[in-house]
Amino acid sequence: MYKYILRRLIQMIPVLLGATFIIFVMVYALPGDPTIGLCGERPCPAAFVAEFRDKHGLNDPFLVRYFTYMGNLLHGDLGTNFRDLAVVDELKLRYPTTAKLAGMAIVFETVIGIIAGVLAGIRKGRFIDNLVLVSTLFVISIPIFVIGVTLQYYFGLKYPIFPATVGSDVTYYKLLLPAFVLGSASIAYVARLTRTNLVENLRADYLRTATAKGLTRRRTLSVHALRNSLIPVVTFIGADFGGLLGGAIVTERIFNIQGVGGFLFTGIRNRDPVSVVGTVTVLVLVFLIANLLVDLLYGVLDPRISHD
Amino acid sequence: MRGLTRTVTMVAGISTVALLAAACGGGSGDKATSSSAGGKAGGAVTVRGCNPQNPLIPSNTTETCGGNVLDAITAKLVHYNPETGAPENDIADKIDTTDNQNFTVTIKKGYKFQDGTEVKAKNFVDAWNYAAYGPNAQSSGYFMEPIEGFGDMQCAGTDAEDPCKGFTPKAKTLTGLAVKDDYTFTIKTTEKVSNMPVRLGYSAFSPLPDTFFSDPKAYGEKPVGAGPYKLDSWTKNTEIKLSKFADYSGKFGGKLDAITFKIYQDADAAYTDVQANNLDVTDEVPSSAMIDDKYKTDLPDRNAQKAVGVIQTITFAPVKVDPNYADPKIRQAISMAIDRPTIIKQIFNNTRQPATGWVSPVVDGYKANACGEYCTFDAAKAKAKLDEAGGFKGGKMTIAYNADASHKAWVEATCNSIKGALGVDCVATPVVDFSTFRGNIAAGKQKGMFRTGWQMDYPSIENFLAPIFKTGASSNDGKYSNPEFDKLLTEAAASTDAAQANQKYQEAEALLANDMPAIPMWYSTATFGWSDKVTGVKITAFGTIDFSSLALK
Repeated sequence: MYKYILRRLIQMIPVLLGATFIIFVMVYALPGDPTIGLCGERPCPAAFVAEFRDKHGLNDPFLVRYFTYMGNLLHGDLGTNFRDLAVVDELKLRYPTTAKLAGMAIVFETVIGIIAGVLAGIRKGRFIDNLVLVSTLFVISIPIFVIGVTLQYYFGLKYPIFPATVGSDVTYYKLLLPAFVLGSASIAYVARLTRTNLVENLRADYLRTATAKGLTRRRTLSVHALRNSLIPVVTFIGADFGGLLGGAIVTERIFNIQGVGGFLFTGIRNRDPVSVVGTVTVLVLVFLIANLLVDLLYGVLDPRISHD
Repeated sequence: MRGLTRTVTMVAGISTVALLAAACGGGSGDKATSSSAGGKAGGAVTVRGCNPQNPLIPSNTTETCGGNVLDAITAKLVHYNPETGAPENDIADKIDTTDNQNFTVTIKKGYKFQDGTEVKAKNFVDAWNYAAYGPNAQSSGYFMEPIEGFGDMQCAGTDAEDPCKGFTPKAKTLTGLAVKDDYTFTIKTTEKVSNMPVRLGYSAFSPLPDTFFSDPKAYGEKPVGAGPYKLDSWTKNTEIKLSKFADYSGKFGGKLDAITFKIYQDADAAYTDVQANNLDVTDEVPSSAMIDDKYKTDLPDRNAQKAVGVIQTITFAPVKVDPNYADPKIRQAISMAIDRPTIIKQIFNNTRQPATGWVSPVVDGYKANACGEYCTFDAAKAKAKLDEAGGFKGGKMTIAYNADASHKAWVEATCNSIKGALGVDCVATPVVDFSTFRGNIAAGKQKGMFRTGWQMDYPSIENFLAPIFKTGASSNDGKYSNPEFDKLLTEAAASTDAAQANQKYQEAEALLANDMPAIPMWYSTATFGWSDKVTGVKITAFGTIDFSSLALK
């Protein structure tokens, strides 16, 4: 088991190196000049542009820029972005917010999704099953910004139960609505995954055996059927967490949340590889760790899957 | 959704840069430009902010996000009246000149910087020298260009990328500036400049405290000015907090105790917050709320719109580049073939005002209808004018625009209008992005017509004429040259009487109607919305919030 974890951790190194390199190449290859727009709507004076290019090493060839960056990274220095802000400080400020938001979204999708899936699964073909089917289809088909803006209008403006936007002083309460919006599409996926797997497992031989040997329905359901059905669900949630961390750009904009998504978006728009690579390196790391946790969870859910 | 930066790239000049809000706004229906004045003293409000692109140094801030904050923090020699845009003395006690070339500035005693030191003449001179010195690479350094000795402070190295590389300019100070005593200094300009005092209200001309020069970097994080508000804290990407400066000595102070710029990535979120009373003032109403004037029902009696100093034009390529448009009659015919009000209604939801001349109505010296019948849509007259000129020889007309901003719709509508009236094919031609577009124009490769725009730097009629239409001027994209026009500008600049100077400028503007180097299209307006907690919201001629009248109810 520990050997497995260690091996997985070591495997992360080449993945991280590869990811940073590819991202650096891609940002470097983006067309457009990062100095455009720095001075409002008109071009900056030549001396200003020259100083800016010099300060941020924009005149250096690609490999020099990459190795300078990686060298600093080894010392734990993520560099300063085009706005002269240390990327480390930015990330320290932004990752907790985004992590809270993504974590809450995961809680929503897990709790609501699994409950809905189980209800639909054990009452297959009945009203509740159809209700879950139709409502999840509905949610999946609506773009997330429509859900966001609509919920913001009704629950933030018309009936102000929740704050309309988040802004500074991020609290869990303020994040409730955005987290729900962010998790809404995943709720639908989790519910459908749970239902399908549960229905399949309910027909399995081992379950008939369990019922035959006189176990209560509650026990057959929760311990035998559900536990097995959750393996694909856990895989989905693990992958989703990584996605939610980096991909909450739309939700962040609607609710004015100063998170990682917006930072990444600005970085790409400004052609600022230092911002982008720093953010993504951390994202890749989180993603890898989340996936490791998922793999370890398999063993807990189904002892037949062993990592030894 | 809208892009991250709120300004749509619309202005193509290269000369001086203005601190202006993005030009999107109302303009139809009710013409309120402010809410009722009054309100109580004290209290705190939040206003929409955006992320400053650079450290907050007055001579290095040319975009609105940082400029709006600096405007509240700094005091300048003159202050622009929020209603009229007219300059009023602020730190300056008087600015004297007899010849429009040698200016003696006397400043008021007792003005304090927020670090407690007194504002003295040398604080101005040092700050302007710092801005003008090439190796300091200040983005609005060229505001100092009219002052004598500017050229000697610029880098002229041989390195193509960086003219400052291995080059030290001849001079470190402007020869045109001299400190006479603690409260007096003189300015000598290279040429006569009649509106020099008007220019001095731009934030690049702010005085800087002595502490700035020892550590400009620290200053950029926490700027110190002599203005009515001081910066308390700047949480990057989240908020910028200002509070009332207790020792503020000027007469343009505000009623509020504290102002917080809440930083938004998106105008829609700010607008929603205003509706929910979580934000007190937004200086940008998103396009989604502009449709059918939705903002007027969302924020009844809590919105205003006002024209700001921005004009959109269509410029003709220099005659050498494209001779097909050389005849002024053809140019006038095209201008008359454009149905401005309909395009504004259909494309911009009435958030522009049809232009009747080359100068924005918000500035001193503006005269309506300088363009006269040539800027009024009349298909029959347009066709007659074109026939008079012997028709268009170039086959089809083209209007080029940069495709990285939202210009496609109006350029196509303009082309359709021309096609309909003149019966000549007109094609809207996209150019991949702003820098390529401007590069083509500068290199004289852009044929036909192309879109241009101008944001004013300071509220003066001169700023809409000299940088754009004077022979050899920095933003003269059409390479327009008319000795009579130049002569009038020189005469106006030499005139010591403001009214007489303006009259000369107006005469110069009238010449543009004959030659039509550029077609005036429309003036932009700014639209504001505010919460039900505040009153006294006024939009300045620059499209910014006037903090001297803003108050809690």
